[in-house]
Amino acid sequence: MTGARTLPPLAAYALALGDDALILAQRLGEWAARAPQLEEDVALANIALDLLGQARILLSYAGTVEGAGRDEDDLAYLRDDRDFRNVQLVEIPNGDFAVTMARLLVFSAYQYELYTVLGTSDDATLAGLAGKAVKEVTYHRDHATQWVLRLGDGTELSHKRTQAGLDQVWPYVAELFDTDDTVSRLAGVAADPATLHPAWQQYVIPVLTEATLRPPEPRWRSRGGRDGLHTEHLGHLLAEMQHLHRSHPGAPW
Amino acid sequence: MSDPARTADHATLLAAARAVPDPEIPVLTLGDLGVIRDLRVAGDGAVEVDITPTYTGCPATAVIASDVQAALSRAGADQVRIRTVLSPPWTTDWMSQAGRSKLRQFGIAPPGPAERGSGPIRLAFSVRCPQCGSPDTREISHFGSTPCKALWTCRSCAEPFDAFKAI
Repeated sequence: MTGARTLPPLAAYALALGDDALILAQRLGEWAARAPQLEEDVALANIALDLLGQARILLSYAGTVEGAGRDEDDLAYLRDDRDFRNVQLVEIPNGDFAVTMARLLVFSAYQYELYTVLGTSDDATLAGLAGKAVKEVTYHRDHATQWVLRLGDGTELSHKRTQAGLDQVWPYVAELFDTDDTVSRLAGVAADPATLHPAWQQYVIPVLTEATLRPPEPRWRSRGGRDGLHTEHLGHLLAEMQHLHRSHPGAPW
Repeated sequence: MSDPARTADHATLLAAARAVPDPEIPVLTLGDLGVIRDLRVAGDGAVEVDITPTYTGCPATAVIASDVQAALSRAGADQVRIRTVLSPPWTTDWMSQAGRSKLRQFGIAPPGPAERGSGPIRLAFSVRCPQCGSPDTREISHFGSTPCKALWTCRSCAEPFDAFKAI
């Protein structure tokens, strides 16, 4: 079974962060030609492209560190769902536009804090990527913030649907801040997710308050994405993402 | 060993790399953009170029690398090695003055100074319309036709335009 492969901690860490970016890029790409307005098609595709760029660097790096000859394409297209290390937040379906924006807000606010800390990582590749990516993510976070404010503090209907969007994504938020073995073995290199939570909260909660939305109090929370435990949705996403590459083995651009 | 007659000098090679037009905004050269970070001739005679991407996912990055490769071969380099460097991250502050005027003439508003620090007050610089010069403009979307641009519109002449994002 390919899932049994044990990666060096640094490779596992780069892979986990890369998978988060890759899977959300794929989800956001689904909005192309379906967003509520043309500008939003362009915006979501641009955000997806930034995330894809980050994923390519992280997956390539994971492959290099692993040293088994796997490149970014091998890692993106030739792993099954149990080998993906992304949090479940990024794999759940887009839902309506409000769900998508609620997820983008919580995720980009997390990535902002993550990349801010990783900018001073002892690992030069991670630090270099983070310094670059934090600028991109600032735009993503700002974009999501503007929409959540506009929709939350908009009409009765837009408020209701945005609150529903938040309620839907919130059970997946806690998983972003779980510390795991990989991270604790990479002191000075990785950002401990638990330490990112206060700054994340300091950003997100005032946005919700200003948007007249209430932070949900979910009765359950997701777990296990970093260990390869996923919702049924990831398999369907991968089938679409990987189908072309697997149908034509070895075909490069 | 490479043939010394074929190995052009450093200044010629650097000028050749910098003169390559950006594939997405061909009015700008790579030198104007500030993405050519370093060029040196290695011990084995190969020309090594450091290029920094504007955005991590910018699809032009691969085209830029092959265009630079071709330009350096034409300038006399036998062997070229392209290295992508992420750090320090590219900033629009590296764009040349010549590049900024060319952008404006091309109908794209050049970037203002990249933001430093993050105070509680969001201070936005006014972007002048590249068509009529009016400062009475507004942003339609943070995101435009390429990763490096945003979509704006002018209230005075009512024309939409692209503005280079300051990052």
